[in-house]
Amino acid sequence: MRHLLSAADLDAGEATALLDTSDRLREALLGREVRKLPTLRGRTVVTMFYENSTRTRVSFEIAGKWMSADTINVSASGSSVSKGESLRDTALTLSSMGADCVVVRHPASGAAHRLAHWGGTGPSAGGAGIDTGGATTGTPTAIVNAGDGTHEHPTQALLDAATLRDRLGGIAGRRIAIVGDVLHSRVARSNVLLLATLGAEVVLVAPPTLLPTGVDTWPCRVSYELDAELPAVDAVMMLRVQAERMHGGFFPSAREYAVRFGLSEDRAALLREGAVVLHPGPMVRGMEIAPAVADAPNSAVLAQVRNGVHVRMAVLYHLLAGAPE
Amino acid sequence: MSQLLITNARPYGEDTVDVLVTDGVVETVAAGQSAPEGAEVLDARGAVLLPGFVDLHVHLREPGGEESETIETGSQAAALGGFTAVFAMPNTDPVADSDVVVEHVWRRGAELGLVDVHPVGAVTVGLGGERLAELGTMADSRAGVRMFSDDGRCVNDPLIMRRALEYASALDVVIAQHAEDHRLTGGAQAHEGAVAARLGLAGWPATAEETVVARDCALAREARARLHVCHISTARTIDVLRAAKAQGVQVSAEVTPHHLLLTDSRLSGYDPVNKVNPPLRTAEDTRAMREALAEGVIDVVATDHAPHAAQYKDTEWQAAKPGMLGLQTALSVLIETMVEPGLLDWHGVARVLSERPAEIGRLPDQGRPVAEGEPGTFALVDPDAVWTVRGANLASKAANTPYEGMRLPGSVVATVLRGRITAQDGKVVR
Repeated sequence: MRHLLSAADLDAGEATALLDTSDRLREALLGREVRKLPTLRGRTVVTMFYENSTRTRVSFEIAGKWMSADTINVSASGSSVSKGESLRDTALTLSSMGADCVVVRHPASGAAHRLAHWGGTGPSAGGAGIDTGGATTGTPTAIVNAGDGTHEHPTQALLDAATLRDRLGGIAGRRIAIVGDVLHSRVARSNVLLLATLGAEVVLVAPPTLLPTGVDTWPCRVSYELDAELPAVDAVMMLRVQAERMHGGFFPSAREYAVRFGLSEDRAALLREGAVVLHPGPMVRGMEIAPAVADAPNSAVLAQVRNGVHVRMAVLYHLLAGAPE
Repeated sequence: MSQLLITNARPYGEDTVDVLVTDGVVETVAAGQSAPEGAEVLDARGAVLLPGFVDLHVHLREPGGEESETIETGSQAAALGGFTAVFAMPNTDPVADSDVVVEHVWRRGAELGLVDVHPVGAVTVGLGGERLAELGTMADSRAGVRMFSDDGRCVNDPLIMRRALEYASALDVVIAQHAEDHRLTGGAQAHEGAVAARLGLAGWPATAEETVVARDCALAREARARLHVCHISTARTIDVLRAAKAQGVQVSAEVTPHHLLLTDSRLSGYDPVNKVNPPLRTAEDTRAMREALAEGVIDVVATDHAPHAAQYKDTEWQAAKPGMLGLQTALSVLIETMVEPGLLDWHGVARVLSERPAEIGRLPDQGRPVAEGEPGTFALVDPDAVWTVRGANLASKAANTPYEGMRLPGSVVATVLRGRITAQDGKVVR
């Protein structure tokens, strides 16, 4: 694994290995007074966020720090980015300075792919990291996609998978509903791919206006009726309704959305015993999910956040130190 | 008196003849001619002789976009591609919406003399879609504008489009529509379908083209005006055109080489060299384009040659400008997609690359038969050549070819404009 750009980059073996590493790291840290492993000492991880995201950025930063990597945060505002520097130049500059890994969040779909394409070389393995005019020395800077436009968010899918594995004891054969704004959701895209790879049965539930044309080619089923699906699922993942992306009237009103697709208390009661509720956050309580449902014992929302750190530690570990045999 | 004797040429791929051009006009077409004293001799070595190509759709970027292309570099690319006339779209800076700008473009093209550069005038002032530009003044100017378009933007407002068609009908000029309902393509980045869904790119639905073409055909019928549809890209647009033509609507349509060959399957790596408007579509669409071009429902091939300097392309996908180079690869793509599969013969190539575009653009001295008394304006084609496309080696200032590294059939041996060689063996002749 050189980069993590898409959940489709992972086969079942690689994905499972990442989840196993995540579990081991969690156990290794459990009960430690000083929560720090020496694994990535001397490595530099740069998080480059062109969109605000406190939770993902902090999660990656903690993941790097707990593994003793030097983590540096670059944000688009207040840097040369706001002076008009291109993504390419920013990325090559950072990697020339010695980044072993760049974690990127960007509003453009495919931004992480472009970074991986442009390359750039970290210094550690090859020594110098000198710009030789196109010829690369050292190892290529690893790129982690921390969310690119409406494309993917693979570490979110990994942390969701880790959470589901904990709660359900496994993923293969489980039925998982993903509900809401699939059209604009990178979380949905990565989850459909990863959960299908791990053998789950995925059903997307949304009004037709929030499903992309071409969704019929995805490895999942589509439904317009949440009530019909809930009794049979092992987990339900509520997506954020991304109000800032709603250019046009994808649905008539927030009220109608809440009535038809919100996870109300009545609706949550349709879930069978042991079924898990997930939400990638930040939650719009009331519209997407009732407060009591979000805070109920079968809600895994905070477990998702906790697992996020361990999963991202595992990703950095596999990228920078190699997957353990 | 200047004379050019082209020897061993095969008009439309038929029997080998020699063609003597005197002062720009074909004097004799016959085998075994000897060169008159002082005549220049061009040995075609068995190349296919066709009327010079006419491109109804290029962007030469001058004035205002000289970092990507100039009329000079674009003219060179045109000559090397076998073109003897090109129609330069008005989305320059300033916009070609006045006699001043169109005359500038026309004069610069004439000074260079490599290809007849015909400026396309804007339909609306500043391409703003709100107020008609001075179509009559541009038509009457020295540039003699015969085609108007807001290309890059659609004349979206049905009332403005209706007025434009009505007004144009009195001038015998054609309105060339970039058919895209902007209300359906807000933020669009790729053909709406499975690939865009997977890549998380906002979809450009086929219906945004089809509905505008249907609307415009109805408007053109009522106005008794000539409508040309730029770069059609969807299979169902063809159905709309076929029906309109059957009803006698004066509508013509073009397809680009890239919409004949390339599909949205190329988008996976997010390389913006594949970003173009309208977007690359599906294999089903390219197949339909080829069949409709052979059938004649699509009239012409036009390149939509759209150079963009590296800083506009070597970016993230959504920041990149849409457009691809096309002038020097058009013939080869046409051979690959149409001639080799047997969908078009050389008469057909002449029809779609020269004769019909000259008719639509009202060029009396282009797209003429290879015959005595006709203009000595030709493209000589070696159909057996194979070459590898390298953007850096193309004459355009920019290098944004989607065919980089691709091996394509057929090359232009020479281009002749009214008896003067403008390009030969891959080199521009001044």
